[in-house]
Amino acid sequence: MSLLVVKDLCKRFGGLQAVGNVSFTVAAGSIKALIGPNGAGKTTLFNLIFGALAPDSGQVFFDGKKTDGCKPHELAAAGMARTFQHIRLFPKMSALENIAVGRHVHSRAGFLSSMLGLPWTRREQRVVREKALATMRFLGVEELAEAEATSLAYGQQRIIELGRALACEPKLLLLDEPAAGLNMRETSEMAKLIARIRDSGVTVLLVEHDMTLVMNISDEIVVLSYGEKIADDKPLAIQKHPEVIKVYLGADDA
Amino acid sequence: MARRRNLPLLVMALAVIAVHGLAAAAGKPQYLTQLTMAGYYSLVIVGLTLLMGYTGQISLGHAGFFAIGGYTSGLLTTYNLHSRSSDTLVSLLRATGLLVAGQDLYGGDLLVVRPGAACLIALLVTVAIAYLVGKPVLKLRGHYLAMATLGFGTIVYKVVLGSSLVGAADGISDIPAFPLFAGLAVTGKSVLRTQNYYLAWGLVLGAMALLTNLIHSRVGRALRAIHGAEDAANAMGVDTARYKLQMFVLSAALAALGGVFLTHYNGGIGPSEASIMKSVRYVAIVAVGGMANLWGALIMGVLLNFLSLRGSFGSYDDAVFGLILLAIMLFAPDGLLRVELVRRLPGLRRLWGRTP
Repeated sequence: MSLLVVKDLCKRFGGLQAVGNVSFTVAAGSIKALIGPNGAGKTTLFNLIFGALAPDSGQVFFDGKKTDGCKPHELAAAGMARTFQHIRLFPKMSALENIAVGRHVHSRAGFLSSMLGLPWTRREQRVVREKALATMRFLGVEELAEAEATSLAYGQQRIIELGRALACEPKLLLLDEPAAGLNMRETSEMAKLIARIRDSGVTVLLVEHDMTLVMNISDEIVVLSYGEKIADDKPLAIQKHPEVIKVYLGADDA
Repeated sequence: MARRRNLPLLVMALAVIAVHGLAAAAGKPQYLTQLTMAGYYSLVIVGLTLLMGYTGQISLGHAGFFAIGGYTSGLLTTYNLHSRSSDTLVSLLRATGLLVAGQDLYGGDLLVVRPGAACLIALLVTVAIAYLVGKPVLKLRGHYLAMATLGFGTIVYKVVLGSSLVGAADGISDIPAFPLFAGLAVTGKSVLRTQNYYLAWGLVLGAMALLTNLIHSRVGRALRAIHGAEDAANAMGVDTARYKLQMFVLSAALAALGGVFLTHYNGGIGPSEASIMKSVRYVAIVAVGGMANLWGALIMGVLLNFLSLRGSFGSYDDAVFGLILLAIMLFAPDGLLRVELVRRLPGLRRLWGRTP
């Protein structure tokens, strides 16, 4: 069953066709990767799916509901979570608090009940804290809980940002270049982590440049070039796909 | 957690009592008058601290909300409806008990809105205006938001300055006392000076209790997330537009509450309360207190407003606040009263506890 269906998505920026008629599906419980040379439209496509951008035409269906044009916070409530290519942690907040923000959609205290400090809001706060700590334990970074998030090492910040998205308990996790800026050891750990997340039942859609990571963990790969989809297949088939080799993997020979 | 949060409130309550004792012992009960007024200004400042320091949304128009509150309540409680008492609307209002009859200084008949009702209407009017202004302008960021709120503040100032209905440059005077309960009334009469001091600071204490709860809640966390990275907060499910608007309206309502009470306390209000320099002053105090530091802003607010009301800055009053803003931005952008500085003092460390 497809958790995410992308149908004929188009987005133009002035005269530039950033995404043109792209369609693909993401099967529940799988890892799907979006790859393509720089400027192929991966991030634009990502932002179209996550509601940061509205498409010119085409549709997105998530979990059986039409979601194109929805705002990011509505998608988060529906069960989507994302990380950012350039880490977007909340400064002046601890790692634990950053992850606790991820519990926003699973808690409900508003202005009035919070100001009055009603007992149930305090109970809810304790649950939020415990769940956030549990997420940190899952990621093996429990000891960083009280550290200021933005002062952590780069690789740790990536993990915290991933933890913040996981704290949403999403059905679909969108990862925008999760290995960007990581060294080889950190990249392979990230790959293992993403596979573990998939195995825990979360569907993953990722944009990534690191081919080793993509080929190792992806169940399926979509290849974009100049905003259009040129291939959509399993990793081994992608590696042998003539057009992919021509526009992407064979770029060095051109 | 809860105990740590309540400790500063307890310290504040004791400080309020101690200051009263000191003023009485020093034979300067008149200080309580300026401290009462400073208390009402503090309501503006603590609300603005949450909006600016925690949520990261600047407003250069909060004097406007203060003035809308004060002017609305002042106008309603002084505008004489006696000549229209036969109008259907007026008699209807009278039947519901919203109006109160009396006599003016010269024995003429007065029919005005009851202060309690006027206060409520003033708050509702401010909330409605804050909502209507906030909804479009909070889509703006940084400089653009500052300029838009400045525009709003300018409009309010020019409207109250130019409207003869609210006394133009003279403002509204002879605003009646606001009777509350058990003989207590918001009034500048010296017999009720001590009571009014405790009333003002009771209100501030209540506001601080509500706002410290808010800071430490799910909403407070979301507000700080909006400040830090709005797009990421939105992606985590925070309805950022709604939260910013709610915070804006809440801070405007606090400003209006301060405006209403100070207006009845002073028995009048003038256009200077709506001036841009007043808004700049509020922003300067939030900055000097440390932006995201509710207690720092409160302490600096009382101190600076008290000195200003005592006339310590002479005719350079506004210039002093301009200078403070300039100096703080250059030399101490995190404010003077920083929690880190306090924490370094070993004795105070346990008392203060951890920040959120």
